[in-house]
Amino acid sequence: MPGLHGGSMTQNAAMPLIAAEHICVRFGGPEVLHDVSLRVDPGEIVTIVGPNGSGKSTLLRALLGIVPVTSGRIARADGLRLGYVPQRLTLDHSLPLTVRRFLSLPIRVSDGAATAALARVGLPGVEGQQMVGLSGGQMQRVLLARALLVNPQILVLDEPTQGLDQPGEASFYRLIAEVRKDTGAAVLMVSHDLHVVMAASDRVICLNGHICCEGAPRVVSSAPEYRALFGLGTQGALALYQHVHDHDHATPHDHSHDHAHDHGHPHDHHPEKEPHSHA
Amino acid sequence: MLDDFLMRAALAGVGLSLATGPLGSFVVWRRMAYFGDATAHAAILGVALALALDLPVGLGTLAVALAMAVTVASLAARGWAMDTTLGVLAHSALAFGLVGASFVAGLRTDLQAWLFGDILAVSRGDLAFIWGGALVVVALLVWRWQALLTATLNEDLAYASGLNPDRERLILTIALAVVVAVAIKVVGALLIAAMLIIPAAAARGLSRSPEAMAVLAVAIGAAASLAGLQLSLWQDTPAGPSIIAAAAVIFALSASFGKMRRS
Repeated sequence: MPGLHGGSMTQNAAMPLIAAEHICVRFGGPEVLHDVSLRVDPGEIVTIVGPNGSGKSTLLRALLGIVPVTSGRIARADGLRLGYVPQRLTLDHSLPLTVRRFLSLPIRVSDGAATAALARVGLPGVEGQQMVGLSGGQMQRVLLARALLVNPQILVLDEPTQGLDQPGEASFYRLIAEVRKDTGAAVLMVSHDLHVVMAASDRVICLNGHICCEGAPRVVSSAPEYRALFGLGTQGALALYQHVHDHDHATPHDHSHDHAHDHGHPHDHHPEKEPHSHA
Repeated sequence: MLDDFLMRAALAGVGLSLATGPLGSFVVWRRMAYFGDATAHAAILGVALALALDLPVGLGTLAVALAMAVTVASLAARGWAMDTTLGVLAHSALAFGLVGASFVAGLRTDLQAWLFGDILAVSRGDLAFIWGGALVVVALLVWRWQALLTATLNEDLAYASGLNPDRERLILTIALAVVVAVAIKVVGALLIAAMLIIPAAAARGLSRSPEAMAVLAVAIGAAASLAGLQLSLWQDTPAGPSIIAAAAVIFALSASFGKMRRS
């Protein structure tokens, strides 16, 4: 990939599937994203978390090329096969559409491929059903099936479990982990929850206009206090993300970075008060 | 057979339906009803301009409808409050068209023909224009069908598949302007939007796929054209409004049939 150089990008010799280099995004007003760099390598699961308005969805949309960046650049591997699962599909009742027909948009696929993809996501035999009649969980699985039909090198999911209950969320995450194991596809996902993320995530990135911190999740089942909270029903699909910020300065801060003890508390980073470099 | 004015009228109705079926389906799916109204109303202004400048009427309506459609589309892209904007544009276009028409000598008397259509006076030349325009629209929609459907469903999904939803919207905008230019002779500027929406809405309850809905909308539009013509002959009613009335009856039947089937 020509032109991909500089900073953290050279740490790993392997070519990233998709990378953002120092991107900034603004829509007329103040910057929504400031100097964000990230990369996703083959087979990795990366989860982006952040409070509302932190620019998580904007970052994903910038990586997909939907939102133009004001500075920096987006690099993609040549001929990247990308499967996208949108946050939600608002279906108008006026459009009659079966699951089978939906899977053939915009690229027509064979009946065999459609059947296999639906079986893979645990929804065999729904081909003839109307899209508007699907439940939230079924809809997410159908969207995933459609994304799998391009034989993706990377799956990009925007808050895929929004609107699902916790068992539904856990089973969707287990499905993603299985798919990654089977296909080797990388996964880049935005999570709507600051603290509870997919356990199989290799990296969690906390975003609030800029990247605040980055690290590995802690599997919930290993933390007895949260096992009590979530029960055993998730079979280890969910994990906690403790926000241990990797600051250059060692002085104590006026706010705690360990939000894990404080569910429901708003994420109170102040990027303008406390600019910290992520490099 | 084209010597018979009734045959020409029937062919004009069927030709128009070919284009309004699939395009009307997109108008319904994308909730563009008011958009269609604004574009159609602008056509009256096009008629007045064409007659004043001694240009072909088809060209005048096409140009003004296209200008209006592109204006509306670009305002929508800039995030204007579309309900209000379209209301302002649709009615202003009609008002300016009617004011403009009063200055054109030949138009004052047969204004009604442009507002409500004059399908019984369709000439061979008109017929060629109607079928030519309709076939262009059908070809455009068939060519972009998969991309148009994807962009209609979800723009982000279209982007992620490497499509450009703006381009697909432009295709629909152009198709709409062509249909307006073609339809003004058949159902008139005031009822073009009805010809787009009613057959497609009637087809919805009876369809399980987008393709079935588009094809059924063509059939319903054609049936309504023939039934409306028949009514017009039989009871001496105005042909354009009779066609729309027939389409509305089919819609009512389809809606109650759909309800019966669901319960």
